[in-house]
Amino acid sequence: MAEKDVILEFLASKSAVKSKFYFKDFSDLFPEKGPREVKKVLTQLVKDEVLEFWSSGSTTMYGLKGAGKQSHTEGED
Amino acid sequence: MAKHATPMLDELEKGPWPSFVSDIKQEAAHRAANPNGLDYQIPAEAPEDLLGVLELSYEEKETHWKHGGIVGVFGYGGGVIGRYCDQPEKFPGVAHFHTVRVAQPAGKYYSTKFLRDLCDLWDLRGSGITNMHGSTGDIVLLGTQTPQLEELFYELTHKMNVDLGGSGSNLRTPAACLGQSRCEYACYNTQDMCYQLTMDYQDELHRPAFPYKFKFKFDGCPNGCVCAMARSDFAVVGTWKDDIKIDQEQVKAYAAGELKPNAGAHAGRDWGKFDLQAEVVDRCPGHCMKWDGAKLSIDTKHCVRCMHCINTMPRALHIGDERGASILVGAKAPVVDGAQMGSLLIPFIDCSAPYDDVKEVIEKIWDWWMEEGKNRERVGETMKRLSFQKLLEVTDTEAAPYHIVQPRTNPYIFFKEEEVPGGWERDIKQFRERHQR
Repeated sequence: MAEKDVILEFLASKSAVKSKFYFKDFSDLFPEKGPREVKKVLTQLVKDEVLEFWSSGSTTMYGLKGAGKQSHTEGED
Repeated sequence: MAKHATPMLDELEKGPWPSFVSDIKQEAAHRAANPNGLDYQIPAEAPEDLLGVLELSYEEKETHWKHGGIVGVFGYGGGVIGRYCDQPEKFPGVAHFHTVRVAQPAGKYYSTKFLRDLCDLWDLRGSGITNMHGSTGDIVLLGTQTPQLEELFYELTHKMNVDLGGSGSNLRTPAACLGQSRCEYACYNTQDMCYQLTMDYQDELHRPAFPYKFKFKFDGCPNGCVCAMARSDFAVVGTWKDDIKIDQEQVKAYAAGELKPNAGAHAGRDWGKFDLQAEVVDRCPGHCMKWDGAKLSIDTKHCVRCMHCINTMPRALHIGDERGASILVGAKAPVVDGAQMGSLLIPFIDCSAPYDDVKEVIEKIWDWWMEEGKNRERVGETMKRLSFQKLLEVTDTEAAPYHIVQPRTNPYIFFKEEEVPGGWERDIKQFRERHQR
């Protein structure tokens, strides 16, 4: 399975519980690949407008474009 | 008349200090008058509503801001911090009030044209309120709405030749002191290194893949005008290897009171006659100075580069000629763990362009931290969790006494068998020939 599909399958499997994910959640999907390789796949998915970045200002996460809430209130996760 | 009554904020206008409340009121009045006839792209009352929501927070002692969401322009994972007000009906001007970070020029040199253009752009597409500068050093543009972001980005990058700064789990906007442009103490070209590393690490600045934020800062000397060793994960602090250069005639001139100490910086009050022995020699933390009334001498091997003597007598003493920088890693403010200062990793590194030696260390640290760092863990916390020795290993740095924080009480540097001549194994027969059972 292509890396892109692994990522999308992972996101689909979690869609009921979570909409935003740390970079590490994705690098854990590819234990044989280094973080920089995983970053390339994610960056391409962002360029393709499949994924989008979400940030609290201090931490950045990735999610499917348009999924989940946009704004965040402290302690409301 | 003001849109919202702000009696508590008004208190902050009293006293001799500059007041952000006065500044925001000034901008509110300016936007209401609109002397340039701008077609404001976000509500004109944004500054008034900003004061209103702050007054409400003071009354209720809780925030009315939410944060998060959109993080920049297309393809960028940072540079914009989404802000939303949770009382949008009361304060429609700040219902969406995103922060934009813009990379400051190295050393913060501006032309007045740039500043005017920036303010004109922000009056049109934002609240008109800025913070010059944020803690990390960026130009901070406070308050705009989502549809303005791409427009703003285009104007900044295409017309003003400047880029968004860092936010989120990114490399943050690097910052440098003004270095050799104005300062005789600068041991390397801080502005150039800052600029080069900013350009070389664009991917790390704009596309987040770190466990958390990562900051570079570049100080030209140990005076630390950008406080690199306290505020950055990776601090490059200028230093020198050889002797401090001494002009004995000028030393005598200071001692005789012909030259003002600290270049006259403390001349506002009579501190009495300058006492070279008490004010310089006795204050040397390395106890490496001697003054016999005619000659000043410095024992370089005990000099800790504190800069006190050079700062006090700048015409008599000067940094050495063999210049480079020290690298300290892991400074941070509290989040996961408490605040910590940087730990000295490399005492002296060459700092000539294109800075390959420095970049090699940076990239080794990133490779390790990206693999091993936990979510929201700064590299200083990864160091503490996995040991400083691990950092030495991943950066191919040989352990040395200056890596030990507290000798004997916490000897956390251990040798490996391959590092010890002869290894661990011993011949028990030979041992018993020398030692009875």
